[in-house]
Amino acid sequence: MSTGTTRLDVVVSDVVPVNELVTRFHFRRRDGELLPTFSGGAHVVVEMRDGERTRLNPYSLMGSPLDTREYTISVRRDDVGRGGSLFMHRSVKPGLEMVISYPVNLFSLDLRAKKHLMLAGGIGITPFMAQTAQLAGEGGNFELHYTCRTASLGTYADVLRERYDRRIRLYHDDLDERIDLDRLLSTQPLGTHLYVCGPAGMINWVRDRAADLGWPSEAVHFEHFAAPQPGLPFDVTLAVSGKTIRVDEQQSLLEAIEAAGVDPPYLCRGGVCGQCETNVISYDGKFIHNDHWLSEEDHRSGCKIMPCVSRFEGKSLVLER
Amino acid sequence: MGITFRKETFRDDFTFKNSPEHIRRFPFPFHEDSYMYAVNIEPHVVGPKGSVLENLIDVDEHYVAEMQDRALVLAEDPLRCQSLPHMTLAGWDLLELLMEQQALGYPEHFTLARDGDRWRWINRPLGIDDTFTFGDTSTLPYGPMEYITRQSQGDFCILDQRDGNLWMDAGMVTTQADWSLDFDIGMNFFEWHAPVPLAHEKGIFTRALKFLTNIQQGKPARRLNWTMTINPRLDTSPENYHKWGPDRTTVTPENVGDKVHLRVELQSFWRLPRSNGIVFPIRCYLIKMDELVTQPKWARRLHRVIRDLPEELATYKGLTRYRPTLVEWLSKLDDGSATSPGFGPD
Ligand code: FES
Repeated sequence: MSTGTTRLDVVVSDVVPVNELVTRFHFRRRDGELLPTFSGGAHVVVEMRDGERTRLNPYSLMGSPLDTREYTISVRRDDVGRGGSLFMHRSVKPGLEMVISYPVNLFSLDLRAKKHLMLAGGIGITPFMAQTAQLAGEGGNFELHYTCRTASLGTYADVLRERYDRRIRLYHDDLDERIDLDRLLSTQPLGTHLYVCGPAGMINWVRDRAADLGWPSEAVHFEHFAAPQPGLPFDVTLAVSGKTIRVDEQQSLLEAIEAAGVDPPYLCRGGVCGQCETNVISYDGKFIHNDHWLSEEDHRSGCKIMPCVSRFEGKSLVLER
Repeated sequence: MGITFRKETFRDDFTFKNSPEHIRRFPFPFHEDSYMYAVNIEPHVVGPKGSVLENLIDVDEHYVAEMQDRALVLAEDPLRCQSLPHMTLAGWDLLELLMEQQALGYPEHFTLARDGDRWRWINRPLGIDDTFTFGDTSTLPYGPMEYITRQSQGDFCILDQRDGNLWMDAGMVTTQADWSLDFDIGMNFFEWHAPVPLAHEKGIFTRALKFLTNIQQGKPARRLNWTMTINPRLDTSPENYHKWGPDRTTVTPENVGDKVHLRVELQSFWRLPRSNGIVFPIRCYLIKMDELVTQPKWARRLHRVIRDLPEELATYKGLTRYRPTLVEWLSKLDDGSATSPGFGPD
């Protein structure tokens, strides 16, 4: 295990279109060594050199943790997003040298579980690709329910069905198939842990129903891909480093801070890990908090912000960075 | 050129000693003339050649004797090694980490050869040559954690991370300073730290927990901690208090140099890749006062640190009984001159 670095030099070894929206990318280490072992649910942050700008987006590792000759991620094209997924789809070709982070897991399996019940929506399937591979290797007990818009957008549904057969249940929106959530949640054996990854609406629905049906919160795990949202440009003063910077429409506050040469901590870049938390020294305007880390009180107090996903609208903002 | 392993004991006749080279590499924990409790965590990166940080997992001249002492402790009390059922995968992670690091740092003593899942591990100092299937517990004589920690210096706590907290769910703990795995097993971070005084401002622990839960793979961290022990005993567990507790009344001006030992723990923190757990190796280094004061800077500084230690801390560290005797003895070696900054001897 190397130390002092969180980055890996990789080369894109393959780019495979999966369906009309999703493309899979394969990475190998440039030095030909094995990549670090990881655990199901882990993500890597991919650095994209897009002209002047460096984008850093997190993507779940979807290969088997038992095979680290290569890492694979799947990227869903988002035509109205800030451009990271478009860059991946348009500009990343086999042979391109890239830099990615070491794996980080914020959506880990609870290995005490007697059974793992997994619910995926859309591209939220990716962390479960690795988790099911890990559990299958250890003879673990799991069951995966996967909803997608149409059969042709059921990314990897065929692969999963072939690998795990009846442990996989598919639901297609266009056929009006819907998970019978209450029944599913109320018929699980004691000691079951629930995992959900997908759009925010699905996560909230599942968490709320589970809470109503008496599931302890420690047994409910979720991963939300909160990509930073574009918004109005705004100016920020960084008190510690003495810089004033502009966050433009397509940039996150974290990216703008990084572009100014300040090196703030981060792990998820999705508003869930807490690592980028920053104190607000003063402000005149309103916050658009998009994170899942701070409490509602923190949000109301105006004392803290998570720069990876949150924005600001108003006259002035001074941060302790 | 390999390490020459000493034949020595940590009990009964107490023949433990440091060679002159090992005195110089001792991880002296005081960088200034006073001491205050602090979290003091830093990245665990390779340090200077010849120091205990030359390799991230240190193996030294006491290795064989320490492993023999561990076997004796376990024979008397198997509960010093425990692993809850969901921690087996983390045990394999630890086995890989320790085999890799020991083979990397000391190729003349340890060899790891892998052929897919078939691994061969050769440990020359302990005369072990085993071939096993990685991930298949039935191919080893013990569980993976117990197997490798019977061959690695220091204690090991393996922590499960869930619900934003860390849980002490596995460990091999035979060289501890007065705490017990059997008592702490299954507890979370706040529960097992409950008895520490002066750190009671919860803030310290909340920040430490936040730091630890964010430890990343490939980026271990470390800190030093210290206490004192009478006689070179590795095993100062609560279970054996009746054996070591009374030693504290036996310190006299005549035997201070031989009996009083500074005990330094190098604690490191590593994210484990398969289980996403954290392992917390606690490596214990002992040095008797006679050995320590061969470095004049350390003698002067230790005198000032122990003399000025706040009463609560002295009590917590169990020094109260013999502190006056020790301070008196050390004062004769303190000529009042300035000590240079930093840990190392002059
Ligand atoms: S980087 Fe994780 S919350 Fe901002």
